[in-house]
Amino acid sequence: MIRLERVSKTFPGTQRASVEALDLEVPDGTTCVLIGPSGCGKTTTLRMINRLIEPSSGRIIVEGVDVTHVDPVQLRRRIGYVIQSVGLFPHFTIGENVATVPNLLGWPKAKIEARVREMLALVGLDPAEFAARNPASLSGGQRQRVGVARALAADPPVMLMDEPFGAVDPVVRARLQREFAEILRRLGKTVIMVTHDIDEAIRMGDRVAIMREGRLVQYDPPERLLAAPADAFVADFVGSDRGLKRLTLIAGGDVALPGRPAGPAPAIAAEASLQTALSLMLSEGTDAVLLVGQDGLPAGHLTLTHIREVAAADHAAATSITCHGRQA
Amino acid sequence: MSTVMTWIGSHADLVGRTMREHLVLCAVALGIVLATALPLGAALSRHPRATAVAVGAVNTLRTIPSLALLVIMLPVLGTGFLPSVVALTLYGLPAVLVNTTVGLAEVDRDVADAARGQGLSEPQILRRITVPLALPVILAGIRTSAVQIVSAATLAVFIGGGGLGELISSGMGLMDYGQLITGALLVALLAIATEAAFGVVQAALARRYGAAA
Repeated sequence: MIRLERVSKTFPGTQRASVEALDLEVPDGTTCVLIGPSGCGKTTTLRMINRLIEPSSGRIIVEGVDVTHVDPVQLRRRIGYVIQSVGLFPHFTIGENVATVPNLLGWPKAKIEARVREMLALVGLDPAEFAARNPASLSGGQRQRVGVARALAADPPVMLMDEPFGAVDPVVRARLQREFAEILRRLGKTVIMVTHDIDEAIRMGDRVAIMREGRLVQYDPPERLLAAPADAFVADFVGSDRGLKRLTLIAGGDVALPGRPAGPAPAIAAEASLQTALSLMLSEGTDAVLLVGQDGLPAGHLTLTHIREVAAADHAAATSITCHGRQA
Repeated sequence: MSTVMTWIGSHADLVGRTMREHLVLCAVALGIVLATALPLGAALSRHPRATAVAVGAVNTLRTIPSLALLVIMLPVLGTGFLPSVVALTLYGLPAVLVNTTVGLAEVDRDVADAARGQGLSEPQILRRITVPLALPVILAGIRTSAVQIVSAATLAVFIGGGGLGELISSGMGLMDYGQLITGALLVALLAIATEAAFGVVQAALARRYGAAA
């Protein structure tokens, strides 16, 4: 678990605090996304957790230990760190890059080699092909895969990610988001991630923390953020299409009506979101779609009316979620 | 060429002594340059403003002609070995200092940030990341500096520093072409050899650090 208690940071020579009295709690094995306009203090907050920036006041507790009282170098070896520009060491091979922290921790050579192979395979890079190559030969997406493998190599319980998908093109970004979210969830990592992309926040976060001028404005699961923005700033930030965005969080198959649609209807995969289903109805000029399961067999259907009912029920449920993560 | 060989044959002692003096002068000056400019450059590279000031100051130093620098030493330190070494050190310093400072400062800041974030200590970052990455630039500076010192040491004879310049100087005075050409030829060869030797080292490091170099 990561807990920030009244954490503040004022940089020397500035009047206004970059981060002010921030309280934040991220439960074990969940992902918290920090988001907000430029200069809201999200990156400063992230970098205070591994002490790349020293907090001016407050406590930061990671895995039960107040990080403001431990050696920062030792601390960072237990916290995975991924940045937008990746920052691979260009004079190391890809394998040596991944081995960075295990080497610092003095693991035996055979264990390091095995771990490097395991990590590269985990992020979808064939160790036999990539381990001995130079980082310069990689594409942007592959580079970030290595960046994540390097951060995960010593199996840190906590991962800090600073705009990890900022430097890759949209197609690759969507795939990396899906893959990394799945890997981090499977490994049970506690993750804090910074982004400026609200769609990414909604897709990746178990909870989203919206910051403004160094303060936390709202800290809620994405469903609730979209259904019940705390104020006009949040409503504006999540966008006027938040009703549609909420539909991306619901898979068609989870709310399907039984049987087939009354008339002819286009078909989509059951795991596609309600937003995709709605979009298809609009573009095909129908008011129903047929859902197809992974086995290729029909898995129920959706109608326009039904999507609206589901959205209304979801809205009611989301606004009534008790926010156990939000501290008074 | 045969004049030169004959002259060297009959003045082996003199050639040996001046060559030795020349090499010692250069080695000591280069040694002091490395011992001061490398740590100073490393310290300066951490402060962008100090880097700019130092590079400016050092480039001004560069514009002073080498002979002028040697002669300025006369009223301050007199004649002989010491003023020659001081002058050659000042002459060779800029190239190493500028290249060290700029080379280290220009290592991608994100790479250093990533290294710090993975838990490398500051000395480890310097030793494993920034210095290896800046090495080609630093080495180019050392190479320039060494060649400059070897060439400028020819002028040390004017303030009693000895070296191969003695052959040129007295060859001119005595109208002894054998001696004059021997001196000129040896200085040229020494400069070329220095350049070539550092070239080999640079190439070896480039191979070792692959695409980074």
